[in-house]
Amino acid sequence: MKEVSVLVGGRAGDGINNAGAMVAQLFNHLGYYVYMYTDYPSLIRGGHNFALIRAADTPIGAYNDRIDYLVALNQETITLHLPHCPECTVVANADQVKSLPRGQTVSVNAIIKEESAPPITGNSAMIGAFAKSAGISWEIVGEVFHRHMPKAADENIRVAKKAYDQVQTARPVPAIPGPAHSLLSGNEAIGLGLVAGGLSAYIAYPMTPASTLLHFLAGNAERLGITVIHPENEIAVILMGLGSATAGAKTAVGTSGGGFCLMTEGVSFAGMAEIPIVIVVSQRTGPSTGLPTYTGQADLQFVLHAGQGEFPRLVVAPADPGEAYLWSAAAIHLSWKYQIPAFVLADKTLSEGTYSVDYDRLGSLPAPTPVLWDGEGSYRRYRDTAEGISPLAFPGRKDAVVKVNSYAHDEDGVTTEDAALVTRTTEKRRRKEAQLREELGQYPCVSVQGTSDATTALLCWGSVHNACDEVAAQRGLRVIQPVVLSPFPDQQFSAACRGVKHLIAVEENATGQLAALAREHGVGAEATILKYDGRPFTPEELARRVQEVIAP
Amino acid sequence: MTRNLITPAQNTWCPGCGNFALQHTLKDILAGLEKEGRSLDDMVLVTGIGCHAKMADYLAINSVYTLHGRTIPVATGIKLSNPKLTVICCAGDGDAYAEGLDHLIFAAKRNIDITMIVHNNRVYGLTTGQYTPTSPLGFRGKSTPAGTTEYPFNPLELMLAGGATYIARGYTKKMPQLAQLIDQGITHKGFAFIDVLQICASFFNMTDYYQSRVYDLAGYDTADFEKACAKAREWDYNRDAPIALGVFYERALPTFDDRYPTRDLAPDDRERRIRDLFEAAK
Repeated sequence: MKEVSVLVGGRAGDGINNAGAMVAQLFNHLGYYVYMYTDYPSLIRGGHNFALIRAADTPIGAYNDRIDYLVALNQETITLHLPHCPECTVVANADQVKSLPRGQTVSVNAIIKEESAPPITGNSAMIGAFAKSAGISWEIVGEVFHRHMPKAADENIRVAKKAYDQVQTARPVPAIPGPAHSLLSGNEAIGLGLVAGGLSAYIAYPMTPASTLLHFLAGNAERLGITVIHPENEIAVILMGLGSATAGAKTAVGTSGGGFCLMTEGVSFAGMAEIPIVIVVSQRTGPSTGLPTYTGQADLQFVLHAGQGEFPRLVVAPADPGEAYLWSAAAIHLSWKYQIPAFVLADKTLSEGTYSVDYDRLGSLPAPTPVLWDGEGSYRRYRDTAEGISPLAFPGRKDAVVKVNSYAHDEDGVTTEDAALVTRTTEKRRRKEAQLREELGQYPCVSVQGTSDATTALLCWGSVHNACDEVAAQRGLRVIQPVVLSPFPDQQFSAACRGVKHLIAVEENATGQLAALAREHGVGAEATILKYDGRPFTPEELARRVQEVIAP
Repeated sequence: MTRNLITPAQNTWCPGCGNFALQHTLKDILAGLEKEGRSLDDMVLVTGIGCHAKMADYLAINSVYTLHGRTIPVATGIKLSNPKLTVICCAGDGDAYAEGLDHLIFAAKRNIDITMIVHNNRVYGLTTGQYTPTSPLGFRGKSTPAGTTEYPFNPLELMLAGGATYIARGYTKKMPQLAQLIDQGITHKGFAFIDVLQICASFFNMTDYYQSRVYDLAGYDTADFEKACAKAREWDYNRDAPIALGVFYERALPTFDDRYPTRDLAPDDRERRIRDLFEAAK
């Protein structure tokens, strides 16, 4: 694999994320696939931030341990990272970095003064300096600025050009043939997927790492024809969502683990009252407030079981923006067909990471439609049917009395405590799950990558899949990644595991939650490789740990 | 088509319960609306959990029997999703003032166009007699056998501070006035709040207390916020004082739902715009 990695570091508030995004676009326009991860503390200003941009000639979804270029906006970047990259090429801001063992510098202050540009353009100088040190043609730099910094592009370009001309090319990155891709974060892909699935309303209370989904949809609400609301707390969020869906609007809500704790009464309500709702849960390191801006996969069992009582739910855990887009749309379609809560389970790595996505190669999933009342006879919200699906009508529909109820209820939606009726309605909801399970047979619920007949397989879910893929490619392993986690795709999973002699679960939690789920479904992992420090696996680290397990 | 407004569900309120008065009042209001040519298909009743909430089972109109304390967010979601609907919440005092207090204040703050009727019997009935946020100091309930050690709060004052644009208080033993207050609340464009004093026949029968203290607000400028505050403070739900009934405050302001226009796009248009966003990310 041809690849290159850049670390852009500075203080929180320095705009590291945006600077990183520009570097990612430079590689994108050089023909590379890109992945970007931002590491930042839960602070607005101060503290050390850095963006890791990795570019390769094949699709990637993980950063690695190597750094080829270090772009330092402050001294801390040099102090913290330079010792770990003895070979890297360094570009630094001379105004901030006073002690620099090697590398080139530009004075950002001097450049913006000469150009009479506002201080906000300072990062453009660093981007220009980096581009030159990496031998990226000025034509590409200019194009990227015009496309991705349209506000005051000329000012930024002047500043970037000045810095570009002040440094020498130290380590040129060759252009490779290939088109530029769309660079999307996981949260953007989830948002667009929800809209593709027919979303009308998105409701959320800010919580990292789900907040950027709220921001993205709010920022594009008018363009996409949706309503976006930020209510008083997550209890209001989910109940407002359920009200919205009850009146007929396809609605999604989003949060992270802590906010989801508050939503659980609403999840159970959706289960009993059969209200469709999509719930995006983007995990961070827990328990409790935990590490707000770092990643984790410790909420799988929580999401699988949240809410009192027993009711069907769909849980999907996409690994990358492509899956996130398709399965977010599918979550809406399936939650409406089966009138159930559907979860899109993500994590910080996916939600806030930026990836190369090709819209024309996304593929597609089936798009079933809701079962609507035909207007015949008198309307019964919970009519008992063979499939367990009661035709939907919404308040406002002529001659329909729509009664939705959180209590056990009869077919009309009137409260009951009748034993036989309670048994029947419970079984009705169970039949929906059976139908859903059957329908999911037409979906790719389990992804198998790597060497498909290898007898050693890595079992993983969500964003960890990307690091697993790289390790599997190096070592000739199989990778098994269930995308659907509820209802568990037993058949597809056992087919995926056929011929596997050594199954190794790789998860970013401390207990092996997918391994436990697989065991519950009759497949035991022989070993687990677990990580719970808030940082995603790098392919190198994972390769070492796989080696320890395979050849002790 | 005139519909039977009462469902066949068996009524399980205690004899003498104040909820009967509210049920009949709502039924009459609905029948009146239908007579005026309004379709009851466009009405939605949203209830919490508690004795009051059985209203959802007993009235034959669209209803959402929600969770304890959660009438308002559900009602807000319904109204935003379909602004043509008339949304009425029936909530208890435990519901509206304890479990769901945050939502109540936010509904007032947002001026969402819904009507909130609080069945304020100042005791938890369904859970068999505990104090609520409006029980008087020293109330002896099953969770406070030695008497509460906290003062009640005054929901009218709270709603004035929260920004509600229609604030009224009724009493279940004054049904014509109660009907008028609710009717006016439904007509009001914005968040209409009606605190309804009702007795709990089993756990807190305040009939004699209320009978001797209630009086009608008359000759009163309901647009005067300062006067409304003073009137609301006259009785603090604790110490003895005359208890005013009627509209305390009303003003016209833009509503939350007006500020959130529905903006559905044709599916083709949507797809094109999604594609544009992918394109812009290149």
